[in-house]
Amino acid sequence: MAKVKPRVKLPKTAQKGEVILIKTLISHKMETGQRTDKKTGEKVPRQIINKFVCTFEGEEVFSADWHPAISANPFMSFHTVATKSGTFEFTWTDDDGSVYTKTAEIAVQ
Amino acid sequence: MTTAIHSRREVLIALGAGGLAAATITMLPASVRADTAAAQEAIKAILGDRTAQEGRITLDLPQIAENGNTVPLSVEVESAMTDADYVKSVHILAEDNPRPDVATFHFTPRSGKAMAASRMRLAKTQNVIAIAEMSDGSVYMAKAEVKVTIGGCGG
Repeated sequence: MAKVKPRVKLPKTAQKGEVILIKTLISHKMETGQRTDKKTGEKVPRQIINKFVCTFEGEEVFSADWHPAISANPFMSFHTVATKSGTFEFTWTDDDGSVYTKTAEIAVQ
Repeated sequence: MTTAIHSRREVLIALGAGGLAAATITMLPASVRADTAAAQEAIKAILGDRTAQEGRITLDLPQIAENGNTVPLSVEVESAMTDADYVKSVHILAEDNPRPDVATFHFTPRSGKAMAASRMRLAKTQNVIAIAEMSDGSVYMAKAEVKVTIGGCGG
C-alpha cells in the first residue's frame, strides 16, 4: 500500500500541570475484511492498524485498541498533563506486524 | 412494468451513490437480528457480573451522519484522574455493525482528562454505546443514536 504517513499535533510549550490536547492522524486504508472485490468476487482481506500507543519518557499516557469500525486514515485525539520537558513517542501497530512511529518534543516551564 | 423497474434499477446502480445505497439495503435483512445479539454479548463480556450505572459519560455524536464511513466520535468521562481515582478504559460499541466493537481507549492518571475523539464507520442508523471502567471497579454506560444516510460497510 501507499506509504503510511503519521502526523502529530501538540503544543511546543506548556505550563507545568497544564492539560494539553494531542491530535494524531495516520494515512492508512483500514481495510475492514468485510468488503468484496467487485472484479474477483472475493472478500478483501482485513488489514488495519489495531493498536495505538502514546508514551512520554517511556511511561504510557494513553493507548487505544482499534477494530475495523475505525475509519480509514484514523484520527485520534486525547489529553495529557504536562509535567516536565521531554519526548512523546507515538506508535501505531499494523495487522501485518509493521510498526509506524513518530516522536514530538515538549518544553515545560 | 417489470422491465421499467429493472431499467430504473440499472440506472441507479450506474450512479455511484445509488449503487452503494442499493448494496447497503440488500445487505441489511440477514444481519439485523444477529448483530444486536453480538452487541449484547460484547457488552456482557466487558461487564462480567458487574452492573453498569448511568451518568458521568458524555458521548458526543452527530444526530445525523450523512456518510457512515467517517462519523465523528467524542467521549468524555467525569473523573478527577488522580492516581487513586481515574478512568481505566472506555469501550465503544456500535450495536448494528457487522461486528459491534469499534474501539477501546485506555487512560492513565497521566491523561489528565478522560476524553478521546476519533472517527468511526457505521453500517446504518443505530445506537452507539460507551462503557467506562473506573479504577475502583465501577462501570458506567451511555448510549446515543446516530441516523446514517449512507452506510459505511463498503458494499
